[in-house]
Amino acid sequence: MMKSRRSFLKISGACLLGLGVKPVLNAFAQAERMEIAPNPNALRAGRWALVVDITKCRDDCTDCINACNRAHNIPDLGRTKEEVKWIWNESYEHAFPGVEHEFVEERVKHQPFMVLCNHCDNPPCVRVCPVQATWKREDGIVMMDFHRCIGCRCCMAACPYGSRSFNWTDPRPYIPEGRMNPDFPTRTKGVVEKCNFCVERLAKGLQPACVESCSSGVLTFGDLDDPNSEVRKVLGERYSIQRKPELGTRPRVYYIL
Amino acid sequence: MLEKAFYGSRSYYAWILFLLIVIGAGAGCYAYQLVDGLRITGMGRDISWGLYIAQLTFLVGVAASAVMVVIPYYLHNYKAFGKITVLGEFLAVSAVTMCGLFVIVDLGTPARAFNLILYPTPNSILFWDMIVLNMYLVLNIVIAWNVLSAERKSTPPPGWVKPLIYLSIPWAVSIHTVTAFLYAGLPGRHLWLTAILAVRFLGSAFAAGPSLLILLCLLVRKVSKFDPGREAIQSLAKIVTYALIASIFFVGLEFFTAYYSQVPGHIHSLEYLYFGLEGHAKLVPWMRISALLAIVALVFLVNPATRRNEKTLAVAAALTFISLWIEKGLGLVLAGFIPNPFEHITEYSPTAPELMITFAIYAIGLLILTVLYKVAISVKEEAA
Ligand code: SF4
Ligand code: SF4
Repeated sequence: MMKSRRSFLKISGACLLGLGVKPVLNAFAQAERMEIAPNPNALRAGRWALVVDITKCRDDCTDCINACNRAHNIPDLGRTKEEVKWIWNESYEHAFPGVEHEFVEERVKHQPFMVLCNHCDNPPCVRVCPVQATWKREDGIVMMDFHRCIGCRCCMAACPYGSRSFNWTDPRPYIPEGRMNPDFPTRTKGVVEKCNFCVERLAKGLQPACVESCSSGVLTFGDLDDPNSEVRKVLGERYSIQRKPELGTRPRVYYIL
Repeated sequence: MLEKAFYGSRSYYAWILFLLIVIGAGAGCYAYQLVDGLRITGMGRDISWGLYIAQLTFLVGVAASAVMVVIPYYLHNYKAFGKITVLGEFLAVSAVTMCGLFVIVDLGTPARAFNLILYPTPNSILFWDMIVLNMYLVLNIVIAWNVLSAERKSTPPPGWVKPLIYLSIPWAVSIHTVTAFLYAGLPGRHLWLTAILAVRFLGSAFAAGPSLLILLCLLVRKVSKFDPGREAIQSLAKIVTYALIASIFFVGLEFFTAYYSQVPGHIHSLEYLYFGLEGHAKLVPWMRISALLAIVALVFLVNPATRRNEKTLAVAAALTFISLWIEKGLGLVLAGFIPNPFEHITEYSPTAPELMITFAIYAIGLLILTVLYKVAISVKEEAA
């Protein structure tokens, strides 16, 4: 069924547009290849999660942030109002409002906390999206379809973690010189974006860019459903907290203080 | 009947021309927004809905308030409203049209607006909002047009219109309820996360909408030979009075819950709105003026002498409308984002192009209203 429709599309597309349709055909061909032979090394999981061991984090290190920015062509707009960010640093009191108190350990008080999309198990951003441009994959990764998003920004109002950015203008001119990653799409104005747990790297059998870039062992990425996974081991041994657990979104980013 | 809109006095044409100029200027600004993106507005990462969505929220209320004339007339056979139901319904048509336009200009990628239909998403409130608003628009156009045509021919309206009228009553409630649900179900936005948001919306709507209708009735009487009738206006005044009391009471309830419970998240946004939070107080003067206007209006409305006097009633209606516009068309939406999820405070001011686009949509609404009222009044003048 799918196959015949696809060939129909190919034929009619070619008839209609002649040579101009070549890129479309290539795209179809690629999609087919993907279905037939997915990368055998792709990393798979029942439920992906990230553990951040903040005790190992070096104060002025921004390796994870830089790696993410580079991997995903994140523009540098230089205006905080319209910023696009996937991972960034917040202080403890801002990352965990309501949890902080005046006698918190000095180290924690001054420690930067990397924050990103929590890939919530029960994500409000998915619930509110009117066109399913935000959806949750089987393995728990909350995805964005840049080509379907209409830019209504319901998801930004719904995300209680401020994890989503909107392209208030065309981001392409703002991607720093020489930092363009040709393997990842750039975005257009008028769509929302956020951390995607590096699905494009997982598909190739690679760890997320932030995890790979961190030389201090702060980040552990793995499968919550696998009792023998590294993340389960860390979570079982150390006390960890999540951001705003009381909201019932069940965040999948855990912090060890 | 529409041809009646083409014959008018010199001042009628001047008014239309003025609206067209405003619309043209707004269209220019919108073209600029299409090219440059929504960055031309004052919105940003923290305050991601601004003036546009706030106007949508307010105008949905104005639209919904048409039921305040439809219910007494059709359910209780209250004859005095017979003359003005069409005016109420046409006001709803104009208001809902503006709502739709405000959604469109707020979209980051309006070229994809049809995705809303291509990928129906029942778990999304915006999806339902689109459905109920469009349906309400159609209902009001069909009903008002048919009733008016019948009136012109001095015949009763066709039988199939009745069920539509009854349907339009719960439907009006639904449009404002669904719009409230856009906000009321979001985790982590304390100002909006309140179960009384939908009734609060209805309360303020039933005060603001009929206030506007009072002003329009008074205006219509001035500029045409059609008189909506003193009794109808007085009844509207009573509706505004009760609805305004309810609306003020509901805001009081929010204050009680926040300040008696002392839960910081619930206090913050209210504090930002009425007292200022950590030195940020841009909306404080607005909100205080809004509160003051509501109280002055209430004094005028509750007092029978000033309510019966049409001059003071007009003042009260105007004050009510402005007060509730500030509360809902400004404060409620913006302060929901303040403080942001990190408890940082970012303030918002609309930019000039954003204001111009907003004015232009209001001008489109007024143009629709003018044309529809022109038709309705011409018919009624003939019939009289
Ligand atoms: S953190 Fe925000 S954007 Fe990410 S899944 Fe949760 S609600 Fe959605
Ligand atoms: S902005 Fe895009 S992703 Fe977010 S809710 Fe709207 S359509 Fe969905």
